[in-house]
Amino acid sequence: MTSELDAWVCVTPQSNIPLREGRAIQLGGHEIAIFNLGDRVLAVANRCPHRGGPLSDGLLADGAVVCPLHAWKVTLASGSVERPAGREACVATYAARLENGLIYVALPRPRAA
Amino acid sequence: MERLLVIGNGMAGVACVEQILKHAPRFEITILGEETHVNYNRILLSSLLAGDKTEDEIVLNGLEWYQRHDIRLRLGVRAVAIDADRRTVTCADGCALPYDQLILATGSSASLPPLRGLSAPTRLPGRDGRYLRNAQYSTALRDGVFVFRTLEDSRALLGRARPGVRAAVIGGGLLGLEAARGLQARGCEVTVVHLPERLMERQLDLPGSRLLTAQMEALGIRVLLGRTTTAILGAVEVEGLAFADGATLAADLVVIAAGIRPNIELARNAGLECNRGVIVNDFLETSRPGIAAVGECVEHRGLCYGLVAPLLEQGKVLAAALAGSRGAGFAPVAPATKLKVMGVEVYSAGAWDETLRPELEAIRFEDASLGIYKKLVLDQGRLAGFILVGDTSESARYLSWFKAEKDFAGERRHLFFPPPEADAGAALAGMPASETVCGCRGVTKGEIIRAVHEQGVATLAQLQECTGAASGCGNCAGVCQRLLKMVIPEFEAAVRRQLCACVPFPEEELREILRGQRLRSVQEVLEIYGNGIGCEVCKPALAYMLDMIWCGGHDEDRSARFINDRVHANIQKDGTFSVVPRMRGGVTTPAELRRVADVAEKYQVRMVKVTGSQRLDLLGVSKADLPSIWAELGMASGQAYTKGVRMVKTCVGSEFCRFGVQDSTAAGIELERRLENLYAPHKVKMAAVGCPRNCAEATVKDIGLVGQEGSWQVVVGGAAGKRVRAADLLITVETTEAALDAATLFFQYYRERANYLERSYDFVERVGMEKIRQETVYAPEPQQQALRERLRRSKARARDAWLDRDLPPAASPFVQIQPLEEVVR
Repeated sequence: MTSELDAWVCVTPQSNIPLREGRAIQLGGHEIAIFNLGDRVLAVANRCPHRGGPLSDGLLADGAVVCPLHAWKVTLASGSVERPAGREACVATYAARLENGLIYVALPRPRAA
Repeated sequence: MERLLVIGNGMAGVACVEQILKHAPRFEITILGEETHVNYNRILLSSLLAGDKTEDEIVLNGLEWYQRHDIRLRLGVRAVAIDADRRTVTCADGCALPYDQLILATGSSASLPPLRGLSAPTRLPGRDGRYLRNAQYSTALRDGVFVFRTLEDSRALLGRARPGVRAAVIGGGLLGLEAARGLQARGCEVTVVHLPERLMERQLDLPGSRLLTAQMEALGIRVLLGRTTTAILGAVEVEGLAFADGATLAADLVVIAAGIRPNIELARNAGLECNRGVIVNDFLETSRPGIAAVGECVEHRGLCYGLVAPLLEQGKVLAAALAGSRGAGFAPVAPATKLKVMGVEVYSAGAWDETLRPELEAIRFEDASLGIYKKLVLDQGRLAGFILVGDTSESARYLSWFKAEKDFAGERRHLFFPPPEADAGAALAGMPASETVCGCRGVTKGEIIRAVHEQGVATLAQLQECTGAASGCGNCAGVCQRLLKMVIPEFEAAVRRQLCACVPFPEEELREILRGQRLRSVQEVLEIYGNGIGCEVCKPALAYMLDMIWCGGHDEDRSARFINDRVHANIQKDGTFSVVPRMRGGVTTPAELRRVADVAEKYQVRMVKVTGSQRLDLLGVSKADLPSIWAELGMASGQAYTKGVRMVKTCVGSEFCRFGVQDSTAAGIELERRLENLYAPHKVKMAAVGCPRNCAEATVKDIGLVGQEGSWQVVVGGAAGKRVRAADLLITVETTEAALDAATLFFQYYRERANYLERSYDFVERVGMEKIRQETVYAPEPQQQALRERLRRSKARARDAWLDRDLPPAASPFVQIQPLEEVVR
């Protein structure tokens, strides 16, 4: 997923996102939902593929988030829709990592203009 | 089409019409009813009196049923004459109705014993001293004297039954005892006065009757036996009863339940052969062609029936005969009687008196301290009759033995204590498909199983809807449940399901685990008893349970909460939130309204809306604005986003309304104050109304207070959402304080016993009002105190959720995180 073209951005200290919660963040034109799973962080686009619900407000269920609007369940690592079954729709995912208590997210570098 | 006229809109007549409709449509049907109600379940009038059922709940056939079947229904009309030659019936309003086939279902009336002072002083009772017929004389009964046969009678009684009123019930039979219990449940001081030396002498022997007397007395009902009442005392108001032995009894109201007499005048005047009842043959045909009769007005082979099962059987036989199928005909039925008095179980069937014939032998079981008495009477190895007092759980088994005429010569050891069954379902499985499960609606085991297979019935509610089973008196609900469970493998799972796969325990068990193991956080529970992870189903449920069990003293874990409960606002379709401040009882002030207006303008709130709960809703608010909006409103959270106490809606009440008889506004505000900021298994919507006009719709709320002159009805389990359900009466009390107390007892009981996301209306249906009453308002005082104490502790910790606006900004759910690095494009 990460490639030479991605740029790692330091977002915020891990302590700003409570354990097992998510937060929305605006990052260079992307609205990203970042989730704190304790030993790792995961990031996806903050729009549910169903009706655009804010996934950052969802409840975490293992490595998935449940959209607060109509309970679609999205697997965070892959961005695929786990429930309802059989949906092709997918959420964009972003690489994210922890370093010295800080959360970094990789943004796709815009093509040179 | 032939014209079918039915005189009588009661259970027997309408049940017969229901059977006729099952055959080919051949008739144009008209039903005449002297009462002004649609057909209701007369058996349940005692439950209505006791407050266990409402009027709506005892209706058997609503108006739409008559319309659906093109039945012309004329209510409040009395038939006064039949011309059997010309085949017409004349009514009291003068109209004459022609018929091709007539069915008399005129029922019966209360017998009135010859008492002085029975009627209003201006009109004298029958001078010959013989029994009077209530049909003609009911209007002549003096004020304060009641019979107990119809919905009107019940309403009249309910109008008088108040806590502290002294009530005398003349008659210690089935009806008298049920009336006594109903009045006692309304707080009356009740005495039953009975002429014979034992209660229910037609159904019970002396030991059984003695036990029944003891149990009635234990309920607080006085029983006087062997008393001949001679007069009702009091010149103007009823003051009491006088007995033949010279003694007197003080009473404010008198109920006469001294037997019934078939209504036969109409038939007799038309020249039909009558004795005690209208005489019919095995096909329910009277002595005149074109006229049949069913129900309590009928005499068949010298017997009149007053119990529902044989009357429904008569309807079936007559319907078949009218459709041209003359089968076996109606055969005499041995009586089977069940006393429906809460806390007193009595069942009697068949020939229970072994002293009548030498070949009868009795087998008894008696345990006075347990209050149990059982007697089986055998006739040459076959069960001829039985009596059960104190434990009627085996009545269905005995009844089936009794009907099957099984020979018990080889199994006498096991009559009371059957050998343990290897297969618990064997008894049900062994029941033939043709056996009737629901006697009220005539539904067989086979029909129930067909409903499951062919119509997809999966719950008791669907079964009731689809077949009518268990919707009459409800006694067969247990058997129906067991049948459903037997036929549908997943049925039990629906009733007692696990919370979810993450913590695979039923909620009831989880509550015990949490309490017993002193677990205080969601994560702890998941790690010890679950998969360590949890999901959106179990986490909020566990969070609620912990809050409830530790009365707010748990370790709150916001990550286990739905977003609404993290930010104390209701998420909308676009990710914005709505803000509903608390406005107790729907009452606000000009200052509050000004602040609401100011906030709405300052934060450019997209819509200000009056909610259905008498509050104001500010819609389209961004998450980041919530704390400052709450602060500027200066009002508390209305909890409109959570599973918890929503509001108490109120009407204007006695303070302004010209119809108001109770101060519903003050009561509602106080109720809201006592329960606000608490959480519950699901939302709890309440209302208080100042009179039975019910303007704030208290009878479709989870908890409602319905003001009446001098009392409050506390009702629970109402719904006006996905389902519409009238609330059940919990209790009627005199003071506002008592009403608030009853409401809070129910609230805490629901909090502690309901499953998460189980609304009060599903809860009351699952648990049953009888049990709920026994464990709340009628519970022993220490149990009530414990409920109050746990509520008090929760309340002491409960706080306005909007005070979270003062949380430190780090990790705050309201603060938008700003990236540490700029992203340069």
